[in-house]
Amino acid sequence: MNDYVNITIDDRKIKARAGEKLLWVALDNDIYIPHLCAVREKERSNASCRLCFVEIEGMARPVTSCTQVVREEMVVRTRSTRIDRLVKTAFELLLSDHNLSCRECPANGNCELQKIAKERGLKLRQKRFKAIERDHTVDDSPDEFAFDPSRCVLCGRCIWADREEAGVGAIGFANRGINSVITTFEGVSLAESICTQCKLCVEACPVGAFYYKKDKKA
Amino acid sequence: MQLLEGERELILSTVEEVLQNSSRNREDLIPSLQRVQSKLGYLPALAMEKLAEGLDIPAVDIYGIATFYNQFRLNPPGKYQVKVCMGTACYMKGGEITLESFERRMEIEEGETSPDRLYSLERVACVGCCTLAPVVVVNDDHIEGYVTPTRVDGIMLEFEEADQKEEETEKETEEETKKTAAEGGKNK
Ligand code: SF4
Ligand code: SF4
Ligand code: FES
Repeated sequence: MNDYVNITIDDRKIKARAGEKLLWVALDNDIYIPHLCAVREKERSNASCRLCFVEIEGMARPVTSCTQVVREEMVVRTRSTRIDRLVKTAFELLLSDHNLSCRECPANGNCELQKIAKERGLKLRQKRFKAIERDHTVDDSPDEFAFDPSRCVLCGRCIWADREEAGVGAIGFANRGINSVITTFEGVSLAESICTQCKLCVEACPVGAFYYKKDKKA
Repeated sequence: MQLLEGERELILSTVEEVLQNSSRNREDLIPSLQRVQSKLGYLPALAMEKLAEGLDIPAVDIYGIATFYNQFRLNPPGKYQVKVCMGTACYMKGGEITLESFERRMEIEEGETSPDRLYSLERVACVGCCTLAPVVVVNDDHIEGYVTPTRVDGIMLEFEEADQKEEETEKETEEETKKTAAEGGKNK
């Protein structure tokens, strides 16, 4: 069995490690694909943000690149009318209940949503969907960081960090649909929970939901 | 929610028993939660914690599942359980207002139980008798139709009366038992 496979992404010939997911191969080769929920070390991606779609020759429908394993001779396109539409809609839905106030946001300038908008020429302030206001109650009980649910995109990366990197299991998803949140057991504050305040969740968060207090503006 | 006398022991023994009959795999989690709930009437925090320990998973995962599925409840059922229908017809006929009226009168929010466990309030999907909208189900066996806020007051009054009556009968029975016991003592 070969250790490497040859694939083509946007007309570029690329050597990729066999078994690797397409998303990471593209990113390693400086081809940007929007992504929020994928974690490299994770065997099976949640594939919940629906931002990383690509087209693959021979496949009838766009696929999420965070779940697609590279194969020999694979020919990939990261942009097409269909892809752009899918990504735009997913992005707009994500932002429809996002507390968009970049100037006051601790992630301003270092935010994955801003990056996606820039890379794909999308607007952060979407008009298509009715805006829904989320809970703004900030949990600032930890010493050095805080959590603002109104900026959370529910990517689940903090949960992965909490489980796999920190080995704690203090936070997880609760509720369903539009009411989904990141929370602790019984919804107590982080300081009251079993959270060890290792801050790995802050490092994992691609937006301004988990943030260092010292980065807070305004 | 404060645990009742002896409830702690009941929770612990229930979880113990459920764990013994479980494969302790994650796939068994939902059936285990169902068993615990059918025994205890709800999923107390202590039960979720003990179950998490037994299955070696984070307690917050169980909390996530318990809050995801409508079938699980985190608060004990009240002595008077009220379910307000939010099916399309009831919703259109003002089910939301009915629910709010109950919230105000019971001084709890939807999904909660009053601290004395007298009342609990929930919303349900279509009950199946839309012509009576807005509909309210009491203790799973009694249907109230056309529940306007005024009717909510009436229902609450009925609860209070029923509860008072029950208390009185209880007192009477108590006194009677005492009396019989005293008489029994005399006879000896
Ligand atoms: S998380 Fe990103 S997009 Fe949202 S307010 Fe902060 S900087 Fe702006
Ligand atoms: S807090 Fe951050 S890392 Fe966690 S789910 Fe929300 S956006 Fe993702
Ligand atoms: S990164 Fe692929 S679906 Fe989120």
